[in-house]
Amino acid sequence: MELTPEEWGAVRLSLRVAVVATLLSLPLGIAAAYALARGRFPGRALLDGLIHLPLVLPPVVTGYLLLVTFGRRGPVGAWLDACCGIVLSFRWTGAALAAAVMAFPLMVRAIRLAIEAVDRGLEQAAGTLGANRFMVFLTVTLPLALPGVLAGMILSFAKALGEFGATITFVSAIPGETLTLPSAIYAYTQVPGGDAGAFRLSLIAAGIALVAVVVSEILTRRVGRPARLT
Amino acid sequence: MSIAVRARHDQGDFTLDAAFQTDARVVALFGPSGSGKSTLLHIIAGLVRPNEGRVAVDGRVLTDTAAGLRVPVHKRRIGYVFQDARLFPHLSVARNLAYGRWFAPKSERYGSRDEIVALLGIGHLLDRRPATLSGGEKQRVAIGRALLASPRLLLMDEPLASLDAARKAETLPYIERLRDELRIPIVYVSHSLEEVERLTGEIIRLDGGRVVGR
Repeated sequence: MELTPEEWGAVRLSLRVAVVATLLSLPLGIAAAYALARGRFPGRALLDGLIHLPLVLPPVVTGYLLLVTFGRRGPVGAWLDACCGIVLSFRWTGAALAAAVMAFPLMVRAIRLAIEAVDRGLEQAAGTLGANRFMVFLTVTLPLALPGVLAGMILSFAKALGEFGATITFVSAIPGETLTLPSAIYAYTQVPGGDAGAFRLSLIAAGIALVAVVVSEILTRRVGRPARLT
Repeated sequence: MSIAVRARHDQGDFTLDAAFQTDARVVALFGPSGSGKSTLLHIIAGLVRPNEGRVAVDGRVLTDTAAGLRVPVHKRRIGYVFQDARLFPHLSVARNLAYGRWFAPKSERYGSRDEIVALLGIGHLLDRRPATLSGGEKQRVAIGRALLASPRLLLMDEPLASLDAARKAETLPYIERLRDELRIPIVYVSHSLEEVERLTGEIIRLDGGRVVGR
């Protein structure tokens, strides 16, 4: 199975978009998961709903909202451009943002379940030994939830890799810049004789997704079991 | 050493309404399960906020609901030995022991690690994982971990209750040793009169959430 340079470009771009999306959203994902798992504050249900919104909204709506907000004339987009020269719309960085937003609920869900599975008694014990809440989180909660964090990252990566609707709405599908793997497959299906190319790329996408889900499943089963850290 | 505790706390259909004050270095809270011993201990440690009450250890007020005061758990410097040990499963025994040491101010640290390890007879366990320890060993490591945080007061919540008779007989002498050799103030909770009588003459009896004698 031979890939053309354009196809390789799409695969590479998708991998870069998915890696960047996953790594940059991870700190926020952990914070949100911790807040939902352990926090008791007004607006908790609202936060939960907002995080899950991309899961139930039509992706094209999410993409449109991103375009309105982060486009060059959008409130956040215009500000980013003016202050730091960051432009997201129709750039690969925008594809990473769209992928991160779409994958966020999956990441938060996996991490949240892992944190909820950590025995609160251990957190209490750490408190009586002198650790404040942040140190308890860093030295007890997070290490014990680590398999779930990894699972969440992998799920997020796989989802980001396959994101299509919000991406194409927000950043279009410009070869070399925003033509991701799913966009390339879609483009193939729109031209006569593109079947073979669409099939090749679909096989690659399915392969990556399958590996990601299996690994994430294995990690999830390890939550609560002590990770070999020290 | 002086402890003054007064607390009223509702938990479901159970109401704790107890007060005691003592100058004894080792005091036992004794009573049947559900008498409120553990809740009282949780309130002293700051793990439970009472509906109403006041806790002072050596004159230092830790909780005073009337004044809206509540020192956070990690600043109380009160050691807690839980019935179920609660060792950190992802850390070795040595790392468990070292955990609280790091948070204790240098000027207030007492007892070296080697001294406490020897006292509790856990030197051969240092490289092991908590999951591989017996119940008695776990409890001794948990006691060592609490002591190495150099607490001003040690709370022991039924530390032997989850052990069989043989392990109990094996572990109790270690507690007697730390009582005699470290001279640390202890509040010891148990439903076994035999156990508490071996440790102290200062016994506060609880039943149904109230102090019924001493």
